[in-house]
Amino acid sequence: MRELLRAAWVIGRRDYIATVLSKTFLFFLIGPLFPVAIGVLFAGVGSNIADREVDRIVAVVASEEDMAALEAARERLAPLAPGGGFVMLERVAPAPDAAAQREALLGRTERPILGVLEGGLEAPRFTGTLDERSASVRQLVAFIDDARRAEAVGGLPDATGPALAVETRRRSASSVSFARQITARMGQLLLFFITILLAGMLLSQMLEEKSNKAIEVLASAVPVDSIFIGKLFAMLAISLTGIIVWIATILAALYIWGGGDFSLVPPPPAVGWPVFLLLGLVYFATSYLLLGAAFLGIGAQASTVRQVQTLSMPITMVQVVIFLGAQLGVGEPEGAKAIAAAIFPFTSPFAMIARAAEVEALWPHLLAVLWQALWVALILKFAASIFRKSVLKSGKPFRWPWRRRAAR
Amino acid sequence: MNATVLAAEANDLVKTFDGKTAVDGASLSVPAGAIYGFLGPNGAGKTTTLRMMLGIIDPDEGRRTLLGNPHPLKVAHDVGYLPEERGLYPAMTAREAIAFMGALRGLPLPTGRERATQLLEGHGLADWTHQPIRSLSKGMAQTVQLLGTIVHRPRLVVLDEPFSGLDAINQGKLEELIRRLASEGTTVIFSTHVIAHAERLCEKVAIIAHGRIAFEGGVDEARNRLRPIVHLRTREPDGPWRADLPAAAHRSGCEFRFELPDSGPERMLRSLIDHGAGIDTLSIERPGLHDAFVAIAGEAVAAQMKTGGAPGQ
Repeated sequence: MRELLRAAWVIGRRDYIATVLSKTFLFFLIGPLFPVAIGVLFAGVGSNIADREVDRIVAVVASEEDMAALEAARERLAPLAPGGGFVMLERVAPAPDAAAQREALLGRTERPILGVLEGGLEAPRFTGTLDERSASVRQLVAFIDDARRAEAVGGLPDATGPALAVETRRRSASSVSFARQITARMGQLLLFFITILLAGMLLSQMLEEKSNKAIEVLASAVPVDSIFIGKLFAMLAISLTGIIVWIATILAALYIWGGGDFSLVPPPPAVGWPVFLLLGLVYFATSYLLLGAAFLGIGAQASTVRQVQTLSMPITMVQVVIFLGAQLGVGEPEGAKAIAAAIFPFTSPFAMIARAAEVEALWPHLLAVLWQALWVALILKFAASIFRKSVLKSGKPFRWPWRRRAAR
Repeated sequence: MNATVLAAEANDLVKTFDGKTAVDGASLSVPAGAIYGFLGPNGAGKTTTLRMMLGIIDPDEGRRTLLGNPHPLKVAHDVGYLPEERGLYPAMTAREAIAFMGALRGLPLPTGRERATQLLEGHGLADWTHQPIRSLSKGMAQTVQLLGTIVHRPRLVVLDEPFSGLDAINQGKLEELIRRLASEGTTVIFSTHVIAHAERLCEKVAIIAHGRIAFEGGVDEARNRLRPIVHLRTREPDGPWRADLPAAAHRSGCEFRFELPDSGPERMLRSLIDHGAGIDTLSIERPGLHDAFVAIAGEAVAAQMKTGGAPGQ
């Protein structure tokens, strides 16, 4: 075992140095930063997706008639927002102590709300983490106006009323919970993009040795397992080098644009930002190793650049499927889908980073990392044995089960 | 058991690639400290046998031990291997390449760098120490790889076709290096399809043809399988002395070529002189390894050795 790791270290060190000290690595580092737009674009796209997929709910403390009028208005306006893009309304029966009820609602973390609408149609008042300019509040205004007009047709002389009074809070327990779901999705999305960008490189990782014949020198000196481990971890180290540079740049940018503090940073996820970032790196590492081990094994079978290029598209598609699978559980970290995604090795890192945003407990992460590491080892072992058989042609030749009989 | 200590041993190794038998029951025993030649035309199974013995690939059947260990990779630190298809990382400097090859086999990197510098100096490549491999000529790159093969001071060195691609001067240097390694107690196994190298260097050879070991033993043993050859030219084309030459003698005009009879040369000489054959020239030559090779492996295989072709090509 010691020799296995020693040899892996020798091979990994060479790969790392050969890559990091090459001129092209500079492009690798500045690639994602150079067009800052890329980052901004991804963040924009990401938050759009995230916003749309997390339910936006406003609690409405109102009589049944007012609520019905508002819902009817929402229904009438619905064609204007195809795909159900409107804020959702949830009626809460008025309680004697309105202020206490409002605070209780804003502190709710199950089915988090954006704010509370009170005062019926006569004197509507919104309290929440949104201001007048936000889309959700403007939608509420539209609902109220439309409801008032509808009632005017029914006989009320005055169709207009006081404007919606808005009280904006900087943060509420409910908004934090809402932000956490977004963080969960954003975390997954980022993890997915970085993995998809970086793990693909492993497909061609064995090509160098195959084309310059150094594979013979390596395979005669160290076990194939060491070669695979060394190459995989070298690529991980190279990727982490890049990621650390990128994160540092992003933090610096947030600090500078935030006017000297981190006020632009969104509310912290359940485990806090430092732990979340650390877990992000850990889960990047495991997702990278899991997918990377598989890619390395698949890529090692290819003997030309053309074959690797042909393989890369279907493999990207597999990654997309994995990502979609991992997304199912967000918002319900204890649900069956989330647990299943956390157990299936390839989706596990994505599911767990989402969990880190939503649930405080840390022990499941330890369990998950161990579980994922076990799978990395299994995949590497399998990939190395297939490589020995099919590429080095070692031992009895490998045959697919359905071809075994025909070959005899 | 075997009295001599063996550096490498193979028993009935069999290897099949895609239904074609590359090695068909090869058995070898390489004594420790020997220079051991592995002879055969390209495609005879030399490289496959060596790769099995080194543990790069596992045989379909048969067993092998390297430095007494049935798992060759476990003794990789004491073994050096120069593959037939040379391969180095083109961007690495000569010194780093040598140190890296040493590191693969357990030599600490700083020691490897130190030794690399010395080795490069010792082989007239000092100017290239910090130059990338891609800037070296093919011969130089090959020398660098060879130095990387021995930088960790292995007990056993396996060289696959080490002479191919080298000019006459570098071939001579390589022979010197092999002799020096052996004098320091290192076992050297090398494969070649050029018999002359084996003849000059080896104590023991194996001759492989069509995936089978046709002969294994000392070079003298191989040569002693053949009788010495007599070349005779007489002034007289015929005479009673002809009865004292072997019946199988090959004649061309006044020239005769035949194997020396068991009885030795005296009787034949006396007859030639007594009957006035007029001896113009007479030589008795010990057969070379090439003749032995032809006798052992057959004319067809020997012809392939000359052209470098594979059997059936």
